[in-house]
Amino acid sequence: MSSPAATRISASGLRYRKVRDRFIEALLLAAGLVAVFTTLAIVAILLYESSTFFAHVSIVDFLTDTLWTPLFADAHYGILPLVAGTVTTTMVALLVAVPLGTTIAIYLSEFAPYQLRETVKPILELLGAVPTVVYGYFALTMVTPVLQWLMPELPGFNMLSAGLVIGLMIVPYVSSVSEDAMRAVPRYMREGSYAMGATRLQTALRVVVPGAFSGLAAAFILGISRAVGETMVVAIAAGMQPNFTFDPRQPAATITAYIVQVSLGDLPHGSIGYQSIFAAGLVLMIITLIFNIIGFSLTRRFREAY
Amino acid sequence: MSASGAAAYLNSEQLRRGLSRRKVLDKVFVLVGLIVMLACLAVLAILFIDLVRDGASRFGWDFFTNFASRRAERAGILAAWVGTSLIMLVTATCAVPVGVAAAIYLEEYAPKNWFTAVIEINVTNLAGVPSIVYGLLALGLFVYQFDLGQSIAAAGLTLALLILPIVIVATREAIRSVPKAIREAAYGLGATRWEVTKDHVLPYSTGGILTGMILGLSRAIGETAPIITIGALSFIAFLPQSPVQSEFPFVSFAWLKDPFTAMPIQMFNWVSRPDQAFQANAAAAGAILLGMTLIMNALAIWIRYRFRKKINW
Repeated sequence: MSSPAATRISASGLRYRKVRDRFIEALLLAAGLVAVFTTLAIVAILLYESSTFFAHVSIVDFLTDTLWTPLFADAHYGILPLVAGTVTTTMVALLVAVPLGTTIAIYLSEFAPYQLRETVKPILELLGAVPTVVYGYFALTMVTPVLQWLMPELPGFNMLSAGLVIGLMIVPYVSSVSEDAMRAVPRYMREGSYAMGATRLQTALRVVVPGAFSGLAAAFILGISRAVGETMVVAIAAGMQPNFTFDPRQPAATITAYIVQVSLGDLPHGSIGYQSIFAAGLVLMIITLIFNIIGFSLTRRFREAY
Repeated sequence: MSASGAAAYLNSEQLRRGLSRRKVLDKVFVLVGLIVMLACLAVLAILFIDLVRDGASRFGWDFFTNFASRRAERAGILAAWVGTSLIMLVTATCAVPVGVAAAIYLEEYAPKNWFTAVIEINVTNLAGVPSIVYGLLALGLFVYQFDLGQSIAAAGLTLALLILPIVIVATREAIRSVPKAIREAAYGLGATRWEVTKDHVLPYSTGGILTGMILGLSRAIGETAPIITIGALSFIAFLPQSPVQSEFPFVSFAWLKDPFTAMPIQMFNWVSRPDQAFQANAAAAGAILLGMTLIMNALAIWIRYRFRKKINW
C-alpha cells in the first residue's frame, strides 16, 4: 500500500505531532494551575500580612473588643463592630432578595410561558451586571431620600438603604439558582400532583418547592455570601464609621467598607493600619468561604438527587 | 361502595367552591409573580433614566476631553476613560488566553482524578471570592512583592484574575456543547488531541468563548473595590504615556507602569463629595458606565443567539 519511505516520513511526522501534543498539554495544564495558584496566593498573602498584625494585637481582643479604631491614637482592634455592620446589611438584603427572588423563580419556572421566560431571564441577569458603584449612587441619591421621606429622622448614611439596594442586586442571582433547582424536579412529580387535582400553585408550593429545597437553600446561602462581600454600595451609602449596632437605621461600616476607607487614605506599607485591612480581609474570606462551601455542596446535592 | 358513602366525601357544591377558590389563588399568584418581576425590571429602567436625567447637563464633548477638576462644570473623564481602556486591554490579553487554555485542559485533556478535582474546586471557589479580596491579593502581591506599584499593569492583572473563572466557565460550557461524534470522527482519521481541539472543537465554540469574554470584561469594567485597594488615584491631570510612538519601534509599553484612574473610581470620587454639583458629574459618568455594561451584555446575548441559530449539528 505505501512505500517504506512514506511510512518513515509519516512515522517521524507522527512523532513530531505527538511531542507537540505533549508540549501543548503542559501549557494548557499550566493555565489550569493559575486558578490553584491564585487561591494559594490569596490565602498566603492574607495569612502572612495578618500574622504580623496578630503579633501586635491579641486574637482575643480582636474577637471580643467592641471598638474598632485602628487609625486613632487610642487604638482598639475589635472586629465586632465591622461584623455587626456586615450582618445587618446582609440581613436587610436577604429580606429583600429571598421573597422577591423566590417568587420570581416560582413564577418563571412553573407559570411563565416559554417565550416570556427566555426573554425575561437575560434582562433580569442585567440587574446583577450593573456596576456596584452605580448601585451605590442609586442608594445614596434615590433610595435614601425616599426612606427619609417615610422616616424623617433617618440619617443621610444608613445601613437600611444600602441593604435594600444590595438585596435588589442579588435578586437575579437568587432567582436563577432557585429556578435551576426547581427545574431539576422531575416532570412526573408535577404530573402526579396535577392528576390528583392540584392547581399549578398547589403543585408549585407543595411538590416543587419541597422537592427543590436544598437548591433553594443553596440559592439563599450563595446570596448571603454575595451580600457579605459587597463593597461599594455600603462604602457609599452606609457611611464608613465603625459602629457596634444591629439597628439598620444607623450608619455603620462593614468589613468591606473599612478596607475601602483605609485604601483611600495613604497608609504606609507595613504599618499596623495597613496590616489591619488584611486581618479584616481574612475574616471576610473565612465567612464567605464557609457560606460558599455550604452553598456549593447543597447545589451538588440537588443536581444528583433525581 | 354505596352512592351515599361517596357523597359524604364528594359534596359537589363544596368541591366546586374549593376548586374555584384554588383557581382564584392560582390567578392571584400569576399576577403577583408578574408584578414582582416587572418591578425588578422597572428598577433597571429607573436606574438608567435617573442617571441620564441627573447627568444630562454634563454630557458633551468637553466631558470626554477634560481632566478632573476642582470645578464640577469643568471636570471631565478623559483620564478615567483612557485608564479604563488601557486596563481592559491588559485584562483581556491576560484573562482570555489563560482562561480559554484552562477550560480546554479541563474539558479535553484532564484525566478524572483528584488533581483535576482540585483545579475544578478552585475555579468554583474563585468565582465566589469577594472582589475586594482580589484587591488585597493584588496589593500584597502585585504592588509590593512584584513591585509593579500602583500601576495600570497591577490593575489589569488583578481584574484578569477576577474574571478568569467567568471566562473558564463560559468556555467550558461552549466546549461541552460540541457533540462527541465530531471529536470521534477526527480521532478516527488519526488526528491528535490538539488537532481535534484546534480544528474542530474551538471553531464550533467560538460563540460561547466570545460571550464569556465579553461578559467577563463587562464585569471588569465596573469593578471598583479591587482597584481602590491597589491605590488608584482619583485626581489625575495627565495621561499615561502613549502606547504608540512616532519613532522605531513604534510601540511602547511604558504606560504599563504609569499611575492611573478609571471610570468607576472617578464616579466613586464624585459621589463621595459633599458638593451637590459633583453629583451631576457622578450621574453622567455612571450613565456612561452603565450604558457600556448594558451594550456589552446585549452584545453577548446577541452573539450567543446568532451562533446558536447558525450551528446545525
